[in-house]
Amino acid sequence: MIAVAAMLVVVVAMGTYVRRMRRQAGTLQSAADLQPVAPPPSGPTETVTLYIADDASGTLRAQSAQIPLPGGRQQRAEELLRALLRIYQQPGAGHPLAPAADIRSIYLVAPGAAIIDLNTAFADQHRSGILDEQLTVDSLVETLAVNVPGVTRVRILVEGNARETLAGHADLTDFFDASTIAQTTR
Amino acid sequence: MRALAVFLKPALVLLLALSLFSAAPSADEKRLSIYSSVATYSLPVIDRAGHEYVGLLELLEPLGRVSTEKTGPRWKLRYNSIDSEFVSGRVRAKIGGHDYDLPVLFLVDNSRGLVPVNSLSTLLPLFLGAPVNFRETARRLFIGDVAIQSSILLDPSSPPRLVLNFTAPVNPTISTEPGKLHMLFKRDPVVPPGGQSISFDNKVITQVGYSESNGAAELDVSANAPLMASFSNGGRTITVAAAQPSAAAGAGPSLPTSPGEPAPLNPAQPPPAGQVSGAASAGTSRRVLAVVDPAHGGQERGAALTDALAEKDVTLGFARLLRHELEQRGFSVVLLRDADLNLTLDQRAGAANAARAGIYISLHAASQGTGARVYTALLPVEGQSSGTFHAWNAAQTSSLPVSRQLAAAILSELQKRQLPARGSSASLRPLNNLLMPALAVELAPGPNGVADLPSANYQQQVAAAIADAVAPFRARMGVQP
Repeated sequence: MIAVAAMLVVVVAMGTYVRRMRRQAGTLQSAADLQPVAPPPSGPTETVTLYIADDASGTLRAQSAQIPLPGGRQQRAEELLRALLRIYQQPGAGHPLAPAADIRSIYLVAPGAAIIDLNTAFADQHRSGILDEQLTVDSLVETLAVNVPGVTRVRILVEGNARETLAGHADLTDFFDASTIAQTTR
Repeated sequence: MRALAVFLKPALVLLLALSLFSAAPSADEKRLSIYSSVATYSLPVIDRAGHEYVGLLELLEPLGRVSTEKTGPRWKLRYNSIDSEFVSGRVRAKIGGHDYDLPVLFLVDNSRGLVPVNSLSTLLPLFLGAPVNFRETARRLFIGDVAIQSSILLDPSSPPRLVLNFTAPVNPTISTEPGKLHMLFKRDPVVPPGGQSISFDNKVITQVGYSESNGAAELDVSANAPLMASFSNGGRTITVAAAQPSAAAGAGPSLPTSPGEPAPLNPAQPPPAGQVSGAASAGTSRRVLAVVDPAHGGQERGAALTDALAEKDVTLGFARLLRHELEQRGFSVVLLRDADLNLTLDQRAGAANAARAGIYISLHAASQGTGARVYTALLPVEGQSSGTFHAWNAAQTSSLPVSRQLAAAILSELQKRQLPARGSSASLRPLNNLLMPALAVELAPGPNGVADLPSANYQQQVAAAIADAVAPFRARMGVQP
């Protein structure tokens, strides 16, 4: 009888302890969710030209925008394309991209060469079609080349890896010549 | 190992090219022609165990929405809302819930369901819900009221003229030999003009004979003098007359034609640019190979145009129609895939280059926009060619100017037909890997939206525009050895 009572006490005590620990863990998790993972872009606001794709007309439209740009060339390039993405991720965008689409990094490597590293969602959730995909490529390359001095050719990777096509059509296996794309889009 | 791969790769490409050529239609190949209000097309007839067979999917695909599924020996086909099930090696099938017995065994060949040709007059009405008129010995299948009747009148004035009036425009291939003018109606549902042969009491034009075989109808005009033919009345009238000596010597047409009508066909001269129809195979036509590439296939479905419609299926149907349109204009045509096959982009380019094709056309489809879009290669930065060696990713460089001219001609033809069209460059393989003029056509929704994409009628409008546009360029394309 005494042993059963002791067991009951132990069970109740352990239940109370576990409940308290869970509550504590939940509080810590909420706090963690509020922590910034990266500093917001800082720097002087600059006027840039974004080349925005429009599915209806099948063309790119040049649009001025004022965005804060950091000083480094690489960070500047990344923020530039993220600003472009935000336009495509707005409801009713003329060339919608998936909400989860993002630019992982941009590498400015050999003279004139830039490498855009997209996340998987960008490519996997991109609409499939020659025009859809080409407009995305043209928009990224043109915006980068016009606003980041010295960029003449651009390669697109997905999650750090070479990928054959963006979504079944646009060939990503080579560098794009920025001047050739500019000739075809303007 | 690496050396072995170096030898194996060209060998595989060569094997693929050879297999594609073996699939190309030849003059001796048995064909079945199908005429309907939505599409006119022809299919290869396959001999198996002493019987003639045809692919059921290929037969029904241009007429409606078709899907198939193969599980073991069972082969299921759904046409619009009618389900059917066939079993390989059996005659009993189930169509729309009812049993149906084929005259001979159903066969499955590389996932293709084959039905005997002599079953079509009873089999097809079960799917189509309407009777068909099958002229079995000639392998000509008429679906609906599409037959073109004709009347033949001889005007005995000097020089005598034979006037053939048809109830709809026709577009025969015309050739001549001593004492005879031969008209071959491969695409037109022409039926006999009363009797098989009409004789005339005339010293120059003596007889007209009608015959039909292997999916085509033929009219032979016999005469004691060289003959020439001219079209008028929007293609509904063909006038055959004795060639004037000056015309036979190449001095020009002897018969008046309406503005905009094709000039009389003089067998001694090549047809004028843009008027290859009807004259394409007359006498000394050049044999130019067109490679048509239905994009995607197999596991690679392409864009999901709707929940049930994959890009790979639309491109295949579209390619078959384009093949027919190009053949009508005198091209030899090879489809890079004529079934649901998976081909890599390198295999596609390798096969077209090895075949020394005169033109390459890749077909795509998209659910966005309207009309059709025509693309030429957007060449990448790297890969400069040097001397006779062509960089793989820039092989298109020397042909790009002609490719662009072809794209412009196609856009012009599409616009003439009131179809929205736009052209551009695209980084789309394998365009940049091809040595010959190469372009891609992306079929976008028509006036009825995405529902138009699998429509044979809509696809045929675009296919006819492409074929009309490229035909005048044949003289500038490579000739088959």
